[in-house]
Amino acid sequence: MCLGIPGKVIEVTGEGVTRTGRVDFDGIVKDVNLAYVPEVQVGDYTIVHVGFAIAQLDEAAAMETLQLLQQLDAVDTELDPDAALAAEERIAEGSGP
Amino acid sequence: MKYLDEFRDPDLAKVLLGEIEETITQPWVLMEVCGGQTHSIIRNGIDRLIPAEIEMVHGPGCPVCVTPLDVIDKALAIAARPDVTFCSFGDMLRVPGSDGDLFTVKSAGGDIRVVYSPLDALAIARENPDREVVFFGIGFETTAPANAMAVYQASQEGIANFSMLVSHVLVPPAMRAILDSPSNRVQGFLAAGHVCSVMGFAEYEPIAEQYDVPIVVSGFEPLDLLQAIRDLVRQLEEGRAEVENAYPRAVSRSGNGPAQAMIGDVFRVSDRAWRGIGTIPGSGWELAEEYREFDAVSRFTVTGIDTMESPLCRAGDVLRGQLKPDECPAFGNECTPRSPLGATMVSAEGACAAYYLHGRFRELEEAAQ
Repeated sequence: MCLGIPGKVIEVTGEGVTRTGRVDFDGIVKDVNLAYVPEVQVGDYTIVHVGFAIAQLDEAAAMETLQLLQQLDAVDTELDPDAALAAEERIAEGSGP
Repeated sequence: MKYLDEFRDPDLAKVLLGEIEETITQPWVLMEVCGGQTHSIIRNGIDRLIPAEIEMVHGPGCPVCVTPLDVIDKALAIAARPDVTFCSFGDMLRVPGSDGDLFTVKSAGGDIRVVYSPLDALAIARENPDREVVFFGIGFETTAPANAMAVYQASQEGIANFSMLVSHVLVPPAMRAILDSPSNRVQGFLAAGHVCSVMGFAEYEPIAEQYDVPIVVSGFEPLDLLQAIRDLVRQLEEGRAEVENAYPRAVSRSGNGPAQAMIGDVFRVSDRAWRGIGTIPGSGWELAEEYREFDAVSRFTVTGIDTMESPLCRAGDVLRGQLKPDECPAFGNECTPRSPLGATMVSAEGACAAYYLHGRFRELEEAAQ
């Protein structure tokens, strides 16, 4: 229900409460109301819920999260091989991602 | 898809699992509030990848599940009227009322349409001025900006044949109700990411402080969930109870200002009954006075509602985190997605449906071992 899908804004028309965008969801393009994200422009990514953009996706925040994890990945096995191994084992036997 | 695939990376998931493993020294009970997160956790097996000391309890964040029975019965009564075109999100159609569901009404000739957005219902009203078009406006804070906009535009354009059956619910009062319960076991919360995209997370700060409970805003992909779980475990192990944001790409502390302004204009806070839980004070929104003419309940006088729940259904215990779906005697027996006893078996976000769809059958799993 609170499912929100990220999509890329490829066109913006209208203004105010009827500000509307064509949003590309990995090949599927839909009309989306952009009234609540006045800062979003063509080329930006937004989270869409029941036909409304509710947030602009912050690229810098997304990259920072991933980079922190990648740095941890690089040092992880050196620091604590046991914990890394235990996680590997659970992934191997689980239904994980 | 950008912003999805990167947050499903199995190598980085291992890093986070390793970190959780390193941090944890004792058992903790965590609740994910949102049903979308429940589904992601079960689908990706996250509850089984994390250390066994962590118990994930599934929360009430499934609007379809908590919409009270008398509202479902009112929807059925309004949808059955010959002058009404009744529009709803698809997952409401199979939610059992006291006597049948919206599909039953549709098969008996009711004009029921599944729509993707409340603006689709408004368009139907605009194109069919001779029909009374009613939209079933349910949802949490995430959906409220969309529903509020449909009412606002109807008012601006004077679309008099449009109305909304409103059953809106709010997360923070529900968290307080869970924490106030004498049988509460939850020690930390994953807050619902998209609810916070709209509302921000400042309103959770008094809850964390008052109840001494850590709250971490979480997204929906495996890395988002694992990161939020890691941050919760860290806080619990260090004896902290703060609000942290593990979904910064879509959530800010203050949330979406224009959306909050529209909600504030169209809705006002009200007491709300939650199916299976009971009435929680100040836990919902209803139409504000100046938009009351668009309220379907006042437009169509619905009387003679006599609600009756299935005596076998224990959805209320599941929604409060007191019972796991596969511990319910009716689970997979009398109750399946094809013939659900309660709404938690219907919705894609219901915990019972998540367990059923992803093969979580206790007896089968025990036999397999």
